[in-house]
Formats: sequence, structure tokens, C-alpha cells
Amino acid sequence: MQRQTLKTWLFLAPAGAWFLCMLVLPLVVVFVFSFGERGAAGGYVPAFTFDNFLNLGARWAAFKNTLTLAPTGTLICLLIAYPLAYFLALKTSPRWRTLLLILVIVPFWTSILIRSYAWIYLLGGQGIPSLLNALGLGNPRLINTPFAVLVGIVYGYLPLMVFPIYVALERLDKRLLEASSDLGSPPWRSFLQVTLPLSMPGVATGCMLVFILLMGEFLIPAMLGGGKVFFIGNALVDLFLQSRNWAFGSAVAVALVLVMLVTVAAYLRLTRRWAGGRDDVSLM
Amino acid sequence: MRIYALAVYLFLYIPIGIIALFSFNAGRHASQFQGFSTQWYGKALSNPFVMDAFQTSLTVALASAVLATLFGTMAALALQSVRGRLRLAFDALIYIAVMVPGIVIGIATLIALVTLFGWLNPILAAIWPFAAKAPQLSLGYGSLIAAHGLFAMALVIIIVRARMAGMDRSLIEASADLGATPWGTFRQVTLPQIFPGILAGFLLAFTFSFDDFIIAFFVAGSQTTLPVYVFSSIRRGVTPEINAIGTMVLAVSLLLLITAQAILQRGRKAE
Repeated sequence: MQRQTLKTWLFLAPAGAWFLCMLVLPLVVVFVFSFGERGAAGGYVPAFTFDNFLNLGARWAAFKNTLTLAPTGTLICLLIAYPLAYFLALKTSPRWRTLLLILVIVPFWTSILIRSYAWIYLLGGQGIPSLLNALGLGNPRLINTPFAVLVGIVYGYLPLMVFPIYVALERLDKRLLEASSDLGSPPWRSFLQVTLPLSMPGVATGCMLVFILLMGEFLIPAMLGGGKVFFIGNALVDLFLQSRNWAFGSAVAVALVLVMLVTVAAYLRLTRRWAGGRDDVSLM
Repeated sequence: MRIYALAVYLFLYIPIGIIALFSFNAGRHASQFQGFSTQWYGKALSNPFVMDAFQTSLTVALASAVLATLFGTMAALALQSVRGRLRLAFDALIYIAVMVPGIVIGIATLIALVTLFGWLNPILAAIWPFAAKAPQLSLGYGSLIAAHGLFAMALVIIIVRARMAGMDRSLIEASADLGATPWGTFRQVTLPQIFPGILAGFLLAFTFSFDDFIIAFFVAGSQTTLPVYVFSSIRRGVTPEINAIGTMVLAVSLLLLITAQAILQRGRKAE
């Protein structure tokens, strides 16, 4: 028994040490630095002050953009993803289902950088705008607008929304739908009263995942927003790599993590109400 | 309904397809296809900066995936017999590693390591016993591998554990009853069953590291990974050469992902 315990500890030690040094310690450093002051040449000087947090308003635009475009993007993802998940879970033959599902998930695991770059191409001057121009539909400016950022968001995160909704719909007891139609309800009523409520745990999981990942987004606004539409992530890059104000940057990072924690807490409260819904969603 | 699904699939794949198509464009033009050519691939592959960045990415991805798979699998195996507070702490750490955005991990690692090196370097210089100058600790390969290894390890633990949850425990008991040593049971019963999970975890860990931009952006130091190189060249303007690099990067990750999926699917069917 004693040997067993020793072996367990030895097996856990490398991963545990790695997590402590590369996750816990750095996060504690950010937390501590958020109460410090900026050094004369940038960086950090130890101090204990709440000034950084009181100053968060200086980056209000970044918070405002993130907190408006992230929920909007999440909602659009949901509206596009739900019918697709519904189709995959209930309207396809099992033979094709796996392949179709893999085709949805695979883009999510490929480089978001290259995928956003594709939209620079499509939305840029020589892409869709020139096509519209040739058709006599005007020459709208698409790149470097909130619209372009939203397109990039939906493109990047749609797969992440489809998957949990699909899992919820696929687990749904099909006999409930038969019962509902045998009792005389039209399909739309069965959908509203049976399918939709039972798929809500999947919807909540998808929205939570997409929303919290969007909160920390940097690449999509940097590539498609052209410096005009910037998120908290862009403010962080600026604070750490350009203006080198580590103390204030740390406070912004702490605020970002706090908003995410609130989101996760709200999600957990919501899903606890739908007891019985399993949330063991994996992405593979 | 089918048309809708088709439209969504087109939305997902057309942009990638266009990048691939224009990487074979003979001309520089971004919207007119002027004939087939592989010249941009030749240009990309003979560009020393690209090859340097590619080599860095490959080294980092390989090292972090190997370490993460080894330590992650060990942890997943050990966690089977762990309950109570230690288990809770580990589960929490895995969750945090996956949930905290890459950008926060990136800046946290950056400032923690730079501060640490700031303390250590003078000490190291003072106690260095040899005549030569003491080495300076700085960001680079080490920090890239350590930071990528973190997320990769959480990924491996999650996948291997999911695999173990679907494992038939009675086989292990049978093996022990028949007199096999714990190591023999592990090698002949447990390992073959969880191996698809380990392999898929390795491939995903490699893909994650190879594609990651945001963490590398902060902790790469004097090194340049391929995504960091691509990002800075896009800043300077869109060129067909980037299309060629992008297509190659996509092809590599698609290949690895499809392999990982096939391994996982086959493993599921075998049960």
C-alpha cells in the first residue's frame, strides 16, 4: 500500500510541478502585479495601490467593444449553429453523421490565424467589395469594420457552438417526440415544447464556451478590425508589449478573468437548474 | 434543411479553399487567377526566415507534445487511484489551464519569467565558478516549450481519462487474478486500451503548439515561430507567399487532425 502511494505521487509529480510553475505561479504574479506601480522605464515596481483598478476606465473602449461584440457574436453563432446541429442530430443517417460532424469540428482545430487571414483576403478591397462593385451594387468598405470582426468571430467559433448543441440533441429521447406527435401536436409545437427545452443545456454550454473564448480574443480584431475595433486582448498586447505598463496591464487581465469567472458562475447556476443534463462535453 | 447545412459547410470551407487556390496563382493578383504555378511554394521554402520559423515551430511542438504526453499520461493513470482534496486540486488545475484565455497565460508567463530571470541572472553571474561569462537566462525555446506544454498536458490528461472511463475494468481484475504482475497487466491490458487516447492526445497537443500564435507572441523572446512570422508578414501586406505558407500549415494540421480522429473513432468501434 505504501509503495502504491509513493508510485502515485511520483507519477503525479511532473505534471503537478508543471502546473504549479507554469500556471499557478504566473497567475499569482499577475494578481500581485495588478496592485503595483509602473516603473520609470516601464515594467513593474512593487507597491500596494488600487489605482490600476480605479483607472480601468482609461481602457473603457476596449471593454465596451468586447462586451458588446462578444455577446453579439455568440448570439449569431447560436442562431446559425442550432439549425445545423438539429439537422446533424435528427435528420441525417448515422452513416454520414460522423463524417459531417468531423467536418464541422476540424476547422476549429486548424490555425485561427490562417482562417482570419482568409477573411482579410475575402473582405479586402480586391475581394467581395470589388465583386459587388462589378455587379453595380456599390463599393462598400468591409474590412476594418465591426462587421468584419463579427464575420471573423462567427467563422472562428461556429464549430464550438455546434458541437455541444449536437450532443444535447443527439441524446434526446426520440420517443418523447413520437409521443408528442401521437398526442396531436403539430411539429412546431413539439419542437417548442419538447426539443428546444431539452436542448437548452447544450445551448448554454455552447454559449458559455464561445463567450469566454471571445472575451480573450486578440487575433480576429487585430486582423479584421484594423486597429479601429479592438478588444481587451488588443489592449493587453499594447500594455505589455508596447507601452510596457505591467501593473496596469495586470489589472486589466485580472478584470478580464473576473468577467469570465462571473460568466462561468452564471452558467453553472443555470445548468444546475436543468438537473440531469450531463455536461461532459468533449471537443473530439 | 439540407440546403441550409450545405450553405454552412460552404461558409466554413470556401475561405480556406480560396487561400489554397490562390497559393497556386501564377500572378500576384489577389482576386484574378492568372494560371497555375507552384512558384510561391518555392519562394516560401527557400526563404530562410520561413524555414527558420518552421524549424522553431517544429522543435517546440515536438518537445512540448512529447513531454505533455508522457507526463499527462502518467498523471491520468495516477489520478485513477486518487480521491479527496488532491483530486479536486488537480481537476481544478486542468480546468483552469483549459479555460483561462491564451492571452492571459501568455502575459502571465512573460512577466513571471522575466521577473524571475531578473533575479536569477545577477545571482548566477555572481556564483558562476568558471572563467567564461555566466549564461544569461532569457525567453526562447525553454519558455515556449514550457508554456505550450501546459495546455497540451491538460489536453492529454482530459483525452486519456475519457478513454480510461470507457475501459473495461474487469479485464484488469482478470489479469491480476490470473497472476500477472502489475507491470504486466499495465503493458498487456491497460496500455493497449488507452493507447488510442494517448496517440490522439499527442497529435492534438502537437497541432495546438504548431498552430498557437498568442502564447508564442508573448513568450517567444528572440525566437520566431511560424505563426508569429506569418502574423508579422501579414501586417506588412498580403502576398501570395503567405497563401502558400498558410496552405501548408493548414495541410499539416488537417492531416494530424484526421489521423487523430481516425484513431479515436476506430478505438470507439473496437469496444
